[in-house]
Amino acid sequence: MSGFGSLLWRDLVLMFRQGGSLGAAVSFMLAFVVMIPLAIGPDQATLSRLAPGLMWLALLLAVLLTTERMFQQDHEDGSLDLLATGRLPLELVCLAKAAAHWLSVSLPLSVVAAPVGILLNLDTPRILPVMLAMVTGSLALSLLASVAGAVTAGLRRGGLVVPLLVLPLYVPVLIFGIAASTGDMNPSGATPALLVLMAIALVSLVIQPWAAAAALRAYFR
Amino acid sequence: MKLIGNALSCERNGRVVFSGLSFAVGAGEYAELRGPNGSGKSSLLRLLAGLVPAMAGTVSAEPAGDLTLPQLSHYIGHHDALKNVMTVRENIRFWAQMLGGGEPAEALHPFKMERLADDPVQLLSAGQRRRLSLSRLLAAGRPVWLLDEPMTALDVESQATLSGIVDKHLAGGGIVLAAIHGEGLRRPDHIITLKGAA
Repeated sequence: MSGFGSLLWRDLVLMFRQGGSLGAAVSFMLAFVVMIPLAIGPDQATLSRLAPGLMWLALLLAVLLTTERMFQQDHEDGSLDLLATGRLPLELVCLAKAAAHWLSVSLPLSVVAAPVGILLNLDTPRILPVMLAMVTGSLALSLLASVAGAVTAGLRRGGLVVPLLVLPLYVPVLIFGIAASTGDMNPSGATPALLVLMAIALVSLVIQPWAAAAALRAYFR
Repeated sequence: MKLIGNALSCERNGRVVFSGLSFAVGAGEYAELRGPNGSGKSSLLRLLAGLVPAMAGTVSAEPAGDLTLPQLSHYIGHHDALKNVMTVRENIRFWAQMLGGGEPAEALHPFKMERLADDPVQLLSAGQRRRLSLSRLLAAGRPVWLLDEPMTALDVESQATLSGIVDKHLAGGGIVLAAIHGEGLRRPDHIITLKGAA
């Protein structure tokens, strides 16, 4: 397992030193949120009602923005060739890279998103449930995104294909994410939706290594 | 240990690069791949590293052990798999851990990379990058070395160093296959000739 840790650490170091990914994603999220009142009007009641959904959309799109680079650099500089012949099975290579993406992008984004929602008049008592739902869902976001990242690793302009591949997979995360974020308005509360969200994350965790590794192996043909 | 290729064929983008290629390289032997550009030298090395499938034929390492041929070999190609924002030492340590084997600090010694150990790789010249990438052979500690035009960008002194570590590796029972133009690393035990496009 030492290889798993090394790869995870290297990706975090790279993400930190190269900069860009998280900063760009957070800036994108802020820009998106600031535009919304201009698009749908400044009525505070409307904004407050729409805020959880809009913040979820902002989170999904911001995560997508960082997906393209996940495997592309390693493919271009030959690292992927060596990783494929390394001690660590390619499945675990993919899992380590998704874990690094989650820790360095999705998790911080999902923590930041709910407070940013204040700009949309998100009710203060709702911030915590939204944050909890987003943090739970963010693991699934990174895992699903990494599969698309692996599929488009060797494609120029792969970034244009990534949303088409990922957004359909994000639909269940979005539906149950919203349900968990606004659960206090339902009679059954937020817990069932939150549990389903966890289930989605766990299923993604099981499927992702094989799906992403299979996509990468297609490049060794 | 013996590396055996049997009636190998390889196809890239629907074009047959080579076919019916057979060879056997034993422990301590150095084989040179010769042929014009595009004759499939890189494809053969990548095939041995498991990065390209064989259209027909087989490759095997004898006696068969727990590790597959890709896990026994280290391929040095045109892409150096080095990360610009990490230092020389971080790069070599990472690959030592991923590929499994030698002591990273010692791996830097033959090519005199210690002096540069704490510099980020983006400051290195093409020749220095190549030296670092060849140092990885020692960090990876694998018996089969697959070298794709290893002399590229190396100065005379480093070429001698490379020949030196190849000699030492062979003396320790290793196997080296190198795609070479011009002067070789040493006197070859085998020459695998690739004819080029038919």
